Amino acid sequence: MAMVRRRKAIDGRLSALLLFLPPALLLFTIFVVLPIVEAAWYSGFNWNGFGTPTKWIGLDNYWFVFDSRGFGTAFRNNLLIIAVSLVIQLPLALSLALILAERFRGSVALRMLFFLPYVLAEIATGLIFSFIYDGNYGLLASIFRAFGAEAPHLLASTQTSMLAILIVVVWKYFGFHMMLFIAALQGMDKNLVEAARIDGASRMQVLRHIVVPLLYPTIRLSIFFAVVGSLQLFDLVMPLTRGGPADSSNTMVSFLYNNGVSRMRVGYGSAIGVILFVICVTFAFTYKRWFMRDE
Amino acid sequence: MGLLRKLALAAAGLMLSAGAVAAQTTVKWLHIEQNPAQVKIWEEAARRYEAKNPGVKVEMQFLENEAYKAKLPTILQSKDRPHILYSWAGGVLKTQVEAGVLEDITAGVGSLKDNISAAALEAFTVDGKIYGLPFNVSQVGFMYNKDLFAKAGVEGDKIKTWDQFLDAVKKLKAAGVTPIVVGGGDKWPLHFYWTHLAVRLGGKPAFEAALKGQNGGFEGETFIKSGELMKQLVDLEPFQTGFLGFKNQQALGFFGDGKAAMNLAISHHSATQRALAADKKGIPEDKLGWIDFPMPAGAKGQPTDTLGGVNGWLITKGAPKEALDFVKYFVSDEVQRELAKQNFLIPTYKGAEAALSAAFMQNVARNIAASKYHQNFYDQDLGPSVGRVVNDATAEIAGGSMTPKQAAKAIQDAFKQGN
Repeated sequence: MAMVRRRKAIDGRLSALLLFLPPALLLFTIFVVLPIVEAAWYSGFNWNGFGTPTKWIGLDNYWFVFDSRGFGTAFRNNLLIIAVSLVIQLPLALSLALILAERFRGSVALRMLFFLPYVLAEIATGLIFSFIYDGNYGLLASIFRAFGAEAPHLLASTQTSMLAILIVVVWKYFGFHMMLFIAALQGMDKNLVEAARIDGASRMQVLRHIVVPLLYPTIRLSIFFAVVGSLQLFDLVMPLTRGGPADSSNTMVSFLYNNGVSRMRVGYGSAIGVILFVICVTFAFTYKRWFMRDE
Repeated sequence: MGLLRKLALAAAGLMLSAGAVAAQTTVKWLHIEQNPAQVKIWEEAARRYEAKNPGVKVEMQFLENEAYKAKLPTILQSKDRPHILYSWAGGVLKTQVEAGVLEDITAGVGSLKDNISAAALEAFTVDGKIYGLPFNVSQVGFMYNKDLFAKAGVEGDKIKTWDQFLDAVKKLKAAGVTPIVVGGGDKWPLHFYWTHLAVRLGGKPAFEAALKGQNGGFEGETFIKSGELMKQLVDLEPFQTGFLGFKNQQALGFFGDGKAAMNLAISHHSATQRALAADKKGIPEDKLGWIDFPMPAGAKGQPTDTLGGVNGWLITKGAPKEALDFVKYFVSDEVQRELAKQNFLIPTYKGAEAALSAAFMQNVARNIAASKYHQNFYDQDLGPSVGRVVNDATAEIAGGSMTPKQAAKAIQDAFKQGN
């Protein structure tokens, strides 16, 4: 009897597998695996994107990438974005979440308000901020002038272009992380907090020893999103600075676009893509292995 | 009653289907023109063509300049590609011809060939075959605001040499006028300085030698000197504050608003600055001056040499024959005159330049006619892989992050990498 039942169960799982796996596998292969393999293949060619690649140059494209000053800057900029995401954005999101998870008048409205930037399309955000930052007509310029100071052209200087982008990044994404934290806080078992309060723990102690530890899974998830999102940052950069001036605000993806796509150097662009892919995969697997084992 | 209604419906249905049968061919036309006043004339030309050729529909599609350049390879290789494409000729055109995505229209152009400016048509001829029809030629030079020049006591007509030009910049600055506005964020407006200096310093021989890798290629004396002279100008801080963040459109608007004295422009920008000015009027014809790019000391090029573009329409592989037919109409005397009359372009149809009504554009037309060496924009002529590096490197000279030597080396390296 038991044997029969088990076989039935296996049969059921097998048919489900046969039914549901192939379409998913097919889509995954066509849209994820093949492009990656293709990019790796193209990266060995000197190719302008027309016809089929014929000029094999081995690993030269990779040397060109590592040799260029722009890629180093782009890589450092990505690290900077990650650092700012972790050090400024996440703590900001967490503290706002701790306040707004409580129910009080206007808390829902405030949540919506902070979440709004995340809903806005990246390109639109970039354009809006390029108007705000405009040194002649922008909002920022009028504020500076109101105080009698000369307006800075944030996007036009190699010193400040990255700062301008970082501000937009934090502004745009903190609401998303805040929402993640609020969801986690609301799903939290209130009894634990209450018990601690009865035991005489102060608000700070409750926060440090109960709430934040209970939030760890969400924090880990949030960090994961922040890092991967930072590595992929592109569509905010393009309308703001297009990676300029002098490559000062490129991310790895905008560097890929400016040097691979715009210059019609598909092989070179593919090489950057492969490098980016390796970085992302390494990070994703390492992080999952070390920090997200339990989930 | 019921029967009548049914009959009426059937008749209407018949008419509709008859209409559908008649409109068999759609010609898809992709352009990058931003000036609505000019696009309007184009549209009217398309509608007139449709009226004369029942059964043909001309569909206009628009892409912004930079977006168009980036998408072009993909567009060209898709099955759904437009039939008529905008082109700057040069190295990009050669690549497209090699890839076999364009139609050889030599036979189709026929006798129209003799009516088109030979130099302009030459730009669209690769290995003796014609791949496109030019409709506009342009010259790069300084357009200036006569009022602001007068305010600083500078006489625009007297500027012939590089040193006189630098003096004018100093005077304008001293008078509290922003000497030059430039769309440095787009980079190519900055590459005009370096390129035109090279055209002046070395003339045609220097460019041709560089292409062959002689005299140090683009790292040779002419090109390093171009960078150094450009640096002389940059060191005077002649540009508007924040110029590295300006797009060319913004720069033209800024000029049209009378906020800067000069702009190193493509000749037809004289019309664009009007469209982009805040008041939509810009600098009027009688206040707008033109300075041919000044001659540096020891220049080996001729003062008549010009830097500029040739713009035309390409016919893509497999396009219906109506596509070429429409383009032929577009570059015909009728349409060319109409565009010239409003000073939107320097026409390529011989004789149509007589319709130019502005002294400004008439002057440019004369310059181009007198030019024996008309250098196409480097960023088009050298193809995107090298051309973009020219743009990047020259923008870095302007931003002070590269020395003239480093810039020349970067360009030569890109040229040697050959992709």
